[in-house]
Amino acid sequence: MSIKQVLEFEKPLYKAREELDELRKKNTAKPSEKLTTQIAELEKKLATMQGDTYANLSPWQRVQIARHTSRPYMLDYAKLAFDEFVEIHGDRHIGDDNAMPGGFATINGVKVVLIGHQKGRDTKENLLRNFGSAHPEGYRKALRLMRMAEKFSLPVVSLIDTPGAFPGIGAEERNIAEAIAFNLREMMMIRTPMVAVVIGEGGSGGALGIGVTDRVLMMENAYYSVISPEGCAAILWKHREHAPEAASALKLSAQDLKELGIIDGIISEPVGGAHYDHRATAAALKTSVCDAIAELTKLSADQLLSQRYEKFRAFGQFTEVA
Amino acid sequence: MGIFSKRSVNDLGEKKKDMPEGLWVKCPACGESLYESALAKNMRVCTHCQHHFTLSSTERIESVVDEGSFEETELQLDSVNALGFKDYLGKVKAYQAKTGLREAVVTGRAMIDGQPVVLAIMDFRFLGASMGSVVGEKITRAIELATKEKCTVIIFSASGGARMHEGILSLMQMAKTCGALARHSEAKLPYISVLTHPTTGGVTASFATIGDLILAEPKCMIGFAGPRVVKETTHADLPPGFQTAEFMKEHGLVDMIVDRGEMRATLSKLISYIQKSKAAA
Repeated sequence: MSIKQVLEFEKPLYKAREELDELRKKNTAKPSEKLTTQIAELEKKLATMQGDTYANLSPWQRVQIARHTSRPYMLDYAKLAFDEFVEIHGDRHIGDDNAMPGGFATINGVKVVLIGHQKGRDTKENLLRNFGSAHPEGYRKALRLMRMAEKFSLPVVSLIDTPGAFPGIGAEERNIAEAIAFNLREMMMIRTPMVAVVIGEGGSGGALGIGVTDRVLMMENAYYSVISPEGCAAILWKHREHAPEAASALKLSAQDLKELGIIDGIISEPVGGAHYDHRATAAALKTSVCDAIAELTKLSADQLLSQRYEKFRAFGQFTEVA
Repeated sequence: MGIFSKRSVNDLGEKKKDMPEGLWVKCPACGESLYESALAKNMRVCTHCQHHFTLSSTERIESVVDEGSFEETELQLDSVNALGFKDYLGKVKAYQAKTGLREAVVTGRAMIDGQPVVLAIMDFRFLGASMGSVVGEKITRAIELATKEKCTVIIFSASGGARMHEGILSLMQMAKTCGALARHSEAKLPYISVLTHPTTGGVTASFATIGDLILAEPKCMIGFAGPRVVKETTHADLPPGFQTAEFMKEHGLVDMIVDRGEMRATLSKLISYIQKSKAAA
């Protein structure tokens, strides 16, 4: 797909790619040995540049990739990784939150309940999706669907991609904090296999509110954090400009979180990030999600619940002194 | 959750340290000068306007439990710098020295009118009572203790939210504490949440808002996002009294607003309804 948003650190790569395209065009129109050599050299140079750029992405660069507007979103995965998606609307109380779609879905022939955050790519979509920031009704709809999954013995797949739950007046009036907290408590007791994947942004409580699951996976360039790097920088360094340092300090990348034992696995993305190849990314997600469901389905509901509890119970590092 | 900013010293009711030590305190709400001794005798509630000053965990415990009944638990837990966050342990040590506490929550067994309970009291003076691994672990152990001993757990919340310095580990304390509450609730045991000034962020979005009963002190600030964040995000004027206990009650989100002087009697009454009575020890 065409990629509109060029990230700062990728600009030299884009320039080299454009040059290469230009040379190839010329060579097709009027082939010459000189051009062929130039193309081969530039290809080699580009490969090295790509290797250098993408092999050692900094946490802040990964945050930028995680937020890339061409990155596959929840509904893209619903199309590409799932055989079908039947959307179910509303929390049965006040409204339907378009930042948190959900419904029945089939993945590799397995029927599941799919929930997740959905962002928009342009202004119109973002108005509808509220930039992927859900209101209380989104979290309550998600819980309604998870309970339905439990009732009808369907596994739950939860795709996390939010900058955070919405900090608005209506959200506070309708108790966004309680909507999240209630999900945290109830998800611990839902007697069906549950798998979450952080596909882009794992923004704090808004992410965790659909993330208390048996398996928590992360896309290679996703991030998951207690606070946004900008928010952390604004508090600790008194300026958002220090977001790159904050991103490193927060240990928010998939690689760091795997090391900390917070997540169970990392799903590889194509070189450069998921936005370069939606299909390949969705295929990788599909394999990992199906594997996780297959493993979890072998366990009894009691086993699932006790393992889920122990998993989250173990999080935290401290020392015991006399 | 980012509610760590602007911890105003005013909120702590400890301003004016330059005044003669321990003699007078100025009420931040009405401006009245109050005798420190009179204020202390009145559970740090302004004798003029009823403003509730911040209580230390020790004062809080004294104000709600049967005299001499408090038995502290899990005092041994101490923070580590799991993420290698710059200056983190230095900060913790400074707050330990300043407050005499080891961490931002004190937990233990106690009696309220002879009824056994487990208490967790967050102390806002300690790093804004932000929740990191130790706070999450102590609260979880307190809940588990109450589950084991089949009694009510009461958590007095006050917090700036999740503790940034422990990153994702702080976030996971939200799931951990709520998990323990899930089991406590499944055992049909009571949990009373008491919200005090201010309760925000990751604490509001976890154990603080899922009590069987939720009480709040008058005029305390309760919210998910900080008011400044809400204002900046929505570009709207905030409604009067936004994110106060009274606002929460009006919207049906807390059960009762309870004056500090009535807290002990109220808790006692509520416990008598929801806790199976057993022969008090």
